[in-house]
Amino acid sequence: MTDKEIAKIQFGLDSFGDIPVDEDGKLFTHAEAIRQVVKEAVLADELGIDVIALGEHHRPDFSISSPETVLAGIATVTKNIKLASGVTVLSSDDPVRVFERFATVDALSNGRASVILGRGSFTESFPLFGYEMTDYETLFEEKVELFSKLLKEEPVTWEGTMRASLDNADVFPKTESGHLETMIGVGGSPQSVVRAAHYGFPLMLAIIGGSPDRFVPYIDLYQRAAKEFGTTAHPVGMHSPGFIADTDKEARDIAWPAHKANFDRIGKTRGWTPMKRDHFIDEVENGSLYIGSVETVAQKIAKSIKTLKVERFDLVYGGGPMAASARLKMVQLYGEKVIPRVREILAEK
Amino acid sequence: MADSIKTIGIIGAGKVSIVLAQLAIKAGYNVLIAGSGSAEKIALTVSVLAPGSTALTSAEVATQADLIILAIPLGRYKELPKKELKNKLIIDSMNYWWEIDGDRPDLTGTDVSSSEAVQQFLSESRVVKAFNHVGYHDLHNEARPVGSIDRKGVAIAGDNTEDVEQVAEVVNNLGFDPLLIGPLAEGKKLQPGGAVFGAHVNAETLKQMINSFVIIE
Repeated sequence: MTDKEIAKIQFGLDSFGDIPVDEDGKLFTHAEAIRQVVKEAVLADELGIDVIALGEHHRPDFSISSPETVLAGIATVTKNIKLASGVTVLSSDDPVRVFERFATVDALSNGRASVILGRGSFTESFPLFGYEMTDYETLFEEKVELFSKLLKEEPVTWEGTMRASLDNADVFPKTESGHLETMIGVGGSPQSVVRAAHYGFPLMLAIIGGSPDRFVPYIDLYQRAAKEFGTTAHPVGMHSPGFIADTDKEARDIAWPAHKANFDRIGKTRGWTPMKRDHFIDEVENGSLYIGSVETVAQKIAKSIKTLKVERFDLVYGGGPMAASARLKMVQLYGEKVIPRVREILAEK
Repeated sequence: MADSIKTIGIIGAGKVSIVLAQLAIKAGYNVLIAGSGSAEKIALTVSVLAPGSTALTSAEVATQADLIILAIPLGRYKELPKKELKNKLIIDSMNYWWEIDGDRPDLTGTDVSSSEAVQQFLSESRVVKAFNHVGYHDLHNEARPVGSIDRKGVAIAGDNTEDVEQVAEVVNNLGFDPLLIGPLAEGKKLQPGGAVFGAHVNAETLKQMINSFVIIE
């Protein structure tokens, strides 16, 4: 890759506010877990990491249900890092309020706010806010349409079935740039890829299992669909889970129990069988877990960037009950060593 | 002996459907796919992600295919083209998924497996359960030619021997060792909460997991 291409690539950190443990293995409270994320974001900003993206859940094992509130906190204590959601479950939210909240974060951060809209793989927000699962498709379809209109930052007239109509409604605050960065997060649903292309939104791929190269055709689909709709096909980004430590062994030893705890706890509610160590190792070696030493993780990230030709890579960090100190050290290694090393590898002929 | 299967139809155009379509094309089948609406709506998706397959409506797929794989959200099974699916051999790859289907007592009761509910609705079709217990990216990554040492197993449950054998042949051709586990009611062991849901292991291990599993009512 050329220096110019490499310079364009952005690196991010993504979190759902997983609950870490202290030195004695005791779980943090939700409040402590949120403050831990702020601490990590501040360090990430100091290290020059490009983005922090926070996802929305409404479950006991994740502390972040309101990403933009946490982002607002981060906004006032950081300088350069982009502040994103990952994702905002638009289906069970109100597009007008989502715009207002992120435009507010944009103000607090001098233009660093970014929204990633998605349907979310967890849908516990539906019963919580009084939405029907049977409206899953329609809710997202209608609300994305309304949100794309709000982004023009002009009075909006809109009519749908899932929300009150708007007649020449103006929404505030306006952003200073006139443009609130918005992307669509997709976990592999072809319809969502086509939808992103239809509205001309950039695409962020959540690649959480299996070999990343299976997403190559999805990027092709995004580009061809954009061409068909006459919209712009933007650079594509990806996010995948991972963990970094001094050695491969240390990284695996720390990540495995945390990852398994996460996987099995979710599996209990969804009815899948417990995770086996060989499956974990297979994901680390051939799949979508970026776990290992600086060199191992950097090589793997560089390979995915080259294979998928993405311009943004976000590492989902701190999955499961992991020591807060190990998480903080991981952020340090990612910013200080992994990212520069990835750029180096990409520059190799 | 029934006629051999040449055309596989897939109803559903999501993640699972696309992977199964890719595997079926690779195996040399003629592949037809339907989404929830018009063929036009999914034509581009299908042509890019599963080149070689044809986008049609679900009724057309049901009419024209020798075997139809169901891969829509389970909660919407009553929208299937029942009339066109009459007498057809069906593979039910669907699972109840709260995140998509919401609360559905008709699909989550302990006395009937979800494929039996589908069979009751498609009363004049021949429903066999298969492919539901393996995640779509595992289906994508782990299909292997016959005889590969790392080949994984796919469990099959169905009431009619001839139907089950035909499905076993398709499973084998798509890249997995078929494991026959008995009648459709046994499919309960393959669905969420069952012995092997999410398992991608070889057929022998799959068999052991199923045999040692006790359903806790």
